Amino acid sequence: MHIMEGFLPWYWCAFWFAVSLPCIVYGIYQLNRLVKENRAALPLLAVSGAFIFVLSSLKMPSVTGSCSHPTGTGLSAILFGPCLTSVLGMIVLLYQALLLAHGGLTTLGANIFSMAIAGPFVGYWIYRGGKAVGLNTFVTVFLAAAICDLFTYVVTSFQLALAFPAQTGGILASFTAFALIFAVTQVPLAIIEGVIIALIFKYILQCRPDILVTLHVLSQAQVKKIQESFA
Amino acid sequence: MKYALEILTVTTILVFAGIFLVQNAHLQDTLQPGEEAWSGADSRAAEQIAASGYEPWFTPVWEPPGGEIETLFFCLQAAMGSLVIGYFFGYYRAKAAKE
Repeated sequence: MHIMEGFLPWYWCAFWFAVSLPCIVYGIYQLNRLVKENRAALPLLAVSGAFIFVLSSLKMPSVTGSCSHPTGTGLSAILFGPCLTSVLGMIVLLYQALLLAHGGLTTLGANIFSMAIAGPFVGYWIYRGGKAVGLNTFVTVFLAAAICDLFTYVVTSFQLALAFPAQTGGILASFTAFALIFAVTQVPLAIIEGVIIALIFKYILQCRPDILVTLHVLSQAQVKKIQESFA
Repeated sequence: MKYALEILTVTTILVFAGIFLVQNAHLQDTLQPGEEAWSGADSRAAEQIAASGYEPWFTPVWEPPGGEIETLFFCLQAAMGSLVIGYFFGYYRAKAAKE
């Protein structure tokens, strides 16, 4: 999903920076509030950020014969919401842009939007939706994380299609071409990411269910029900 | 099932590893000389854009001077993340055991 340095016309770079900025600013505000009000949750925030670090460094082969990497943003989206995730994602994208020439500074805004805002936003609402209708918690986490990952790549394809519409067929034809490169490759990786994040969620639930309750990720009653099913 | 999720995770990874092995054997047989198997999706998209005649207007400030050094930074990224995850899970577990 990394759009390479210089591979977006400058006005699109500016546009995606403008779209991402409010979310980052609100994320930093949320971060400050979390530091003041819920210090017990900070280790989980560190773990969520570390998860994005690890998963986005793993380039894995996919069925299309090319390699891509998971995003790892699902966990943080479920626990802390999309705006805080955008701050964590920005750190990872900066590291990769500066040290690895992976992604870029000019395309940072566009990459933040796809990986750290749009994907997590969808993942967050899938989790909330699944919780509201009473779907099994681990199935909900799996769906949220997998679709969070996949949607990131759909957004990247869309961003590139907007900037580079095909001469025949326009944006739609171009979107199909980029989606074939990105989104199709991503399907198996999204499944793996969903399963791994569901597993990590189980470990967090076993270690510190109290923090999940204070973050409003699960209610006390849900925690009790899940713990009984493990016993 | 206490370990259902663990079993499911391992199975999923094994299935994908299996698919990779079969597909890789097929790919290696049909590979054209000079063609690289398993290239990155990011660079494939960039190739497609470059094919339309677009010239990137900005180049990376710093590029890892070689594949090995690029691997170093990717490993470093994963190592830092793993360290944090391991530290806090260990901390939580030990604390829970003590109480």
